[in-house]
Amino acid sequence: MYRLLLSLVICLSLAPATARAADTLTVYTYESFVAEWGPGPGIKKAFEAECGCTLKWVGIQDGVAILNRLKLEGKQTRADIVLGLDTNLMTEAEATGLLTEHGSALDGVKLPISWTDKTFVPYDYAHFAIVYDRSKVTKPPASLDDLISGDSAQKLVIQDPRTSTPGLGFLLWMKSVYGDKAADAWARLKPRILTVTPGWSEAYGLFTKGEAAMVLSYTTSPAYHVIAENSDKYAAAAFSEGHYLQIEVAAAVAGSAQLELARKFLAFVTKPGFQDHIPTNNWMFPAGPTTKPLPEAFAKLVKPSKTLLFSPGEVAESRKAWIDEWLEVMSK
Amino acid sequence: MRARMAAAVWAGWAALTGIVTAAGAAFLALGLFAATQVAEQPVLFDAYLWRVVRFTLLQAGLSTILSILPAIVLARALTRRQRFPGRTALLRLLALPLALPALVVVLGIVQVWGQSGWANAVLKAAGFETGFNIYGLTGILIAHVFFNASLATRLLLSHLDRIPAENWRLASQLGMQPWSIFRLIEWPVLRAGLPGAASLVFLLCIASFTVVLTLGGGPKATTIEVAIYQALRFDFDPARAVLLALLQLSLCAGLIVLGGRFSGSMIATKSVYGWNIRPDVSSLWGRLADFAIIGVSALLLLLPLTAVVAGALSAPFAKLLGEPVFWRAVMTSVIIASVAAISCLVLTWCMLAGLRTLRSGQSRRVATVFTNLSMASASLILVLPPVVLGTGWFILLRPVTDVFAVAPGLVIMINTLMALPFAMRILQPAVTSASDSHERLCASLGMSGWHRFRLIDWPVLRAPLGLAFAFAMALSIGDLGAIALFGSEDFTTLPLLMFQRMGSYRMDEAAGLALLLLVFCLGLIYGAEGLARPRQVPGEAVQ
Repeated sequence: MYRLLLSLVICLSLAPATARAADTLTVYTYESFVAEWGPGPGIKKAFEAECGCTLKWVGIQDGVAILNRLKLEGKQTRADIVLGLDTNLMTEAEATGLLTEHGSALDGVKLPISWTDKTFVPYDYAHFAIVYDRSKVTKPPASLDDLISGDSAQKLVIQDPRTSTPGLGFLLWMKSVYGDKAADAWARLKPRILTVTPGWSEAYGLFTKGEAAMVLSYTTSPAYHVIAENSDKYAAAAFSEGHYLQIEVAAAVAGSAQLELARKFLAFVTKPGFQDHIPTNNWMFPAGPTTKPLPEAFAKLVKPSKTLLFSPGEVAESRKAWIDEWLEVMSK
Repeated sequence: MRARMAAAVWAGWAALTGIVTAAGAAFLALGLFAATQVAEQPVLFDAYLWRVVRFTLLQAGLSTILSILPAIVLARALTRRQRFPGRTALLRLLALPLALPALVVVLGIVQVWGQSGWANAVLKAAGFETGFNIYGLTGILIAHVFFNASLATRLLLSHLDRIPAENWRLASQLGMQPWSIFRLIEWPVLRAGLPGAASLVFLLCIASFTVVLTLGGGPKATTIEVAIYQALRFDFDPARAVLLALLQLSLCAGLIVLGGRFSGSMIATKSVYGWNIRPDVSSLWGRLADFAIIGVSALLLLLPLTAVVAGALSAPFAKLLGEPVFWRAVMTSVIIASVAAISCLVLTWCMLAGLRTLRSGQSRRVATVFTNLSMASASLILVLPPVVLGTGWFILLRPVTDVFAVAPGLVIMINTLMALPFAMRILQPAVTSASDSHERLCASLGMSGWHRFRLIDWPVLRAPLGLAFAFAMALSIGDLGAIALFGSEDFTTLPLLMFQRMGSYRMDEAAGLALLLLVFCLGLIYGAEGLARPRQVPGEAVQ
C-alpha cells in the first residue's frame, strides 16, 4: 500500500507544471489533436523552431468541452489560444467576451467559402458525408432524397445532435436542404436509421463492425482506410443537393499575457508549417497551403458540387428549436 | 474501551460527513456558478422531460426485474453446487462486465445479438431469413441484464452461502423437500438480500448512458442522465443540469424509501457452512437442472466476452505492447483503481464500524439515524452523474490550484464515491451478522480496534472484503465518466486510451486495447479475490 501511495505522489508531482514561463504558449485543443498520431507533435516542433518559445498543448475531450472549459475558467483561464472549435460554436464562444481579434490578413486561407471573420482563424475543414460499405451497398444514394426514400433494409447509423458535433452537422444538413419540410424528411428517413449514438466513435465502431451499411461521417473518412489500412472497402456518397461543411477554427484569448506570441501562432496556423500536419494526421482538408501536394487518396475523394453552411449566428439562434423539432419526430 | 468505542463512532460520522460533503459541495458550487450566469429561465418540466422520466423509470424497472429473476435462479444453482471445475473462474468472470467500459460491452453484445451478429447468423443458417433487431428497448434490456444479472448473482450468492449448517441439519432431519427448502430456508435469506441487490441494479440502470443511447435506436430512448449530460456538456446550462440532477436524486430517494432499507440482520451466521449436508442436492434431476442453469448462464456471459476477444484477433498487439503510452496507462489505471478501492473500503469500514458500535450502545435512535443516513447516501451517490461531480469540483478547485495537477485526486475521489454503494451492500450484511455473533465476546474480552480487526473480523470477513475490493477496483478500472473529464496526455487510463483510439479511426487498436483491458481486469479480480480467499475450503468446514 505504501508503494502505491508513493507511486501516487510521484504521479501527482509529475502532473503538468503549473508555472507559466515567460515564453510558453498554452493552447487548449481536443485530445485527438495532441495524440501521438495526431498533428500536435509535428506542429509543436515546427512552431518552436520558428518562435524560440515553448508550445504547450492541453488536450480536452472535444471542441464543445474546450468552450465549456473556457466558460468555467473565465478571465483566469490559462489558455493563450483555443484551437478546435467549429463554426457552429463561434457565436457562443465570441459571446463569452474572452476572445480577441487575430490581427492576421489570412491571405493564404483556402476554403470552399470566403472567410472574413476577425476573431477566428480556420485551420481545416471537411464536408459531412454518408460513408458506406462497398461490399453491402452496390448502388449508393446519389442525394439526400435517395437516402430518405431508399431501401430501409440498408441501415444507417447517425449521431445524436444533442450530444455530438457530427450529429448536429447532419441535422443542419437536413435543415438546409429541406427547410420547413425537415420534420417530414426525418419522418421518412427514420425507418432507415438503425440507431442514434451519443458520439462519432460509437457510430463508426458499429459501422466498421458491420452492423450498418452506412454511417454519417466525413468525405475524408475513406482516405484514412486507403492510406492507413490500404483498404478501399469504404467510400463516401456524393449528394446532388450538396454537402454540409464543418470548418475548425482557432482564436486568441484576450486576457493572454502572451498576446503577441498568440497572434504569431494564429498567423502560423494557415502556413505550411502547420498545414502539412493536417491531412494525414487529423484526416481533414488543410485550410491553407501545404509544402507537398495532398496524397493521391485525397484527390480521389468526393468533391461536393455545392457547399451548405448556416452562418454561426443562425445556428446559435435556431439550434434549440431545430433540435426540438427533430426530437418530436424521432421520439414518436 | 469507552474511548475506543467513541473513536469508532467518530470515524463513522467523519466518513459519512466526508461523503455527503464531497457530493454536496459539488452541487453547491455548480448551483452558485449557475446563479452567476445570465440565462433565460429554463423550462424544466415540459412534455419532453416527462417522457424522459417515464422512459428512465420503465427501462430501469424492467432491467431490474429481468436481472434479478435469473440472478436468483443462478445464485441458487451455484450455492447448491459448491464444487465443479471452473466454479471459481465463473464467479470471478461475473465481476468482469462491471469492469469493462460500457462501450466495450455494447460492441461485444452487438457482435453476438446484433444485425450481423452470431445469433442472427445461426438463425439465417437454420433457414430463418428475417433475423431480429435488438435496437430499441430489447437491446437496452439485453445489455443491462448482462451487466447486472452477473452483479446481482454475486450479491445474492454471498447471502445464500451464509446459511448456517444448523438449518441444513434440521432440514435433513425433517426430510424437507426442495420446494419447502426454498420457501423456508433459502427465500428468507434471499429476501434479506434482494432489496439491496435490486436497488443497486435499479440505480445503475437509472444512471445508464452509453447503453441507452447506443442500443436505444433513437431519442425515444433517452434517460435523465442523457439530459443532464446534454445540459452540462453540450448546452452548458449548469442551472438546468443541477435541477435535473436533483430531480434524478429525489426520484431515486423516493424509490429507496419506498423500497425500504436493505438487508436486515436476521441471519445468525456461524462461520461453519454446511452446504454438503443439504438434503436436496443429491437427486439426479436437481443436478441436471442446476448444471443446465449454470451452463446456459455461463454461455450467455461468455459469448459477449468471447466477442471482445474475437474482435481483437487481428489487432496489432506487438505495436500496442511496444508503446510506452500503453504501459503508462496501465500503471495509471492500477494506481488509480487500487487507491480508489482502498479508500472506498476504508470509508465503508469506518461507517460500518461506527454503525456496529452505535448498535451495541445505548441510544437506538442515534443508531437508526446513522444507519438510514449512511445507507441512503451510499445509494444515492450512484445516481449522481460524474459530470456533475466533476464540474462542481472543477469550479471549487480552479481558484485555488491547477485542476490538471490534482486531476488524479479528483478521479480517485469520484471513483471512490461510485464504488461505495457496492462495497456497502457487500459488507454491511456480513459485518452486521459477524457483529451479532462476536459483539459480546469482544466486549467481554475488552477487544477493540486493530486487535479486534486482525483476530476477529478479518478471518470472518476476508471473503466479503475481497469481493468488495474486487468490485470497487473493477468499477474504477472501467470508468470513463470521471477520466474523460480530467484526463490529459499526461494522465491517461486504459479505457481513455481505448476511447481515444476509437475516436481517431483506430478501431483495430481500440479492439486490441479492449482485450488487454479485459485480461488485465481479470488478473486484478483474480488477485484481489485470491488474496482474500478464506483459508478453509467449504468441504473441511463440517466436522
